[in-house]
Amino acid sequence: MDANMITPFVNAIQNVFSTMFQLPVEIGEPRLKTNRKATHDVSGIIGVSGVMTGTIVLSMPLEAAGSIITLFTGEEFEADSDDFADAVGELVNMISGNAKAEFQRKGVSISCPSVVIGADHTIAVQSGTPCVLIPCSTDCGEVVLEVALREAEAEAEVSTSVAA
Amino acid sequence: MKILLIDDSKTMRNIQKSVLKQLGYTEIEEACDGQDALSKIGAFNPDLCLVDWNMPVMDGLTFVTTFRQTNKTTPLIMVTTEAEKSRVIEAIKAGVNNYVVKPFTPDLLSERITETLAKCSVGS
Repeated sequence: MDANMITPFVNAIQNVFSTMFQLPVEIGEPRLKTNRKATHDVSGIIGVSGVMTGTIVLSMPLEAAGSIITLFTGEEFEADSDDFADAVGELVNMISGNAKAEFQRKGVSISCPSVVIGADHTIAVQSGTPCVLIPCSTDCGEVVLEVALREAEAEAEVSTSVAA
Repeated sequence: MKILLIDDSKTMRNIQKSVLKQLGYTEIEEACDGQDALSKIGAFNPDLCLVDWNMPVMDGLTFVTTFRQTNKTTPLIMVTTEAEKSRVIEAIKAGVNNYVVKPFTPDLLSERITETLAKCSVGS
């Protein structure tokens, strides 16, 4: 995956966390994800379609997610409540939307967010799409952005070569 | 001053509600998508709507287009993660009066609400 695809997400998570609840984010070294297992127990998931396709996941340990959601909403929610999931979804929605704007490409759409909470869940991404983990360190704990995106043209080329 | 908040995220509606309360607006109704908003608008008759773009059932742009067919004057502010210039232009063409990109600070949202109400001459 092109490094130019990663920078917008780095900028987006820093912008969202600092603007909405003044939480600085320190970015670690991005690396390729090699399995389907969710990095942490809480996953906020956004699908991307159009000229780029794939998945964006904000993965957080339960405790860090709790602290971040409290900062974000000003309230404490149980992890199994609708409000907790809604707040996680809104965070990944803002991060994805912000990053999408930086691509400056027409024809990229993002889905409404989905949220999965639970230990050892797995997230399947499109086969053949590399997933990059962006580790993010905050005062609330470590969180990870998982970006699995590719150009739709590249997808068409893969289909063509498979067909051939 | 009656204000309708249209966003599928309760978290976002609560954040907007708290900014509105700080500005002294307490008569607030909530809708979770464009269709829900259209069903509440007749009875609530808002003086201002804050509307998200990406929502299930009916998105914000469809709501704005539908609403503007019968109401040309009630101010609408789009509050969304859609930040591309082409999207802003699309929303303005559909009939929104102002545009706020998420994430926003409470100050920015307050400023845009005050500015919109002043421009549309329904503010206090």
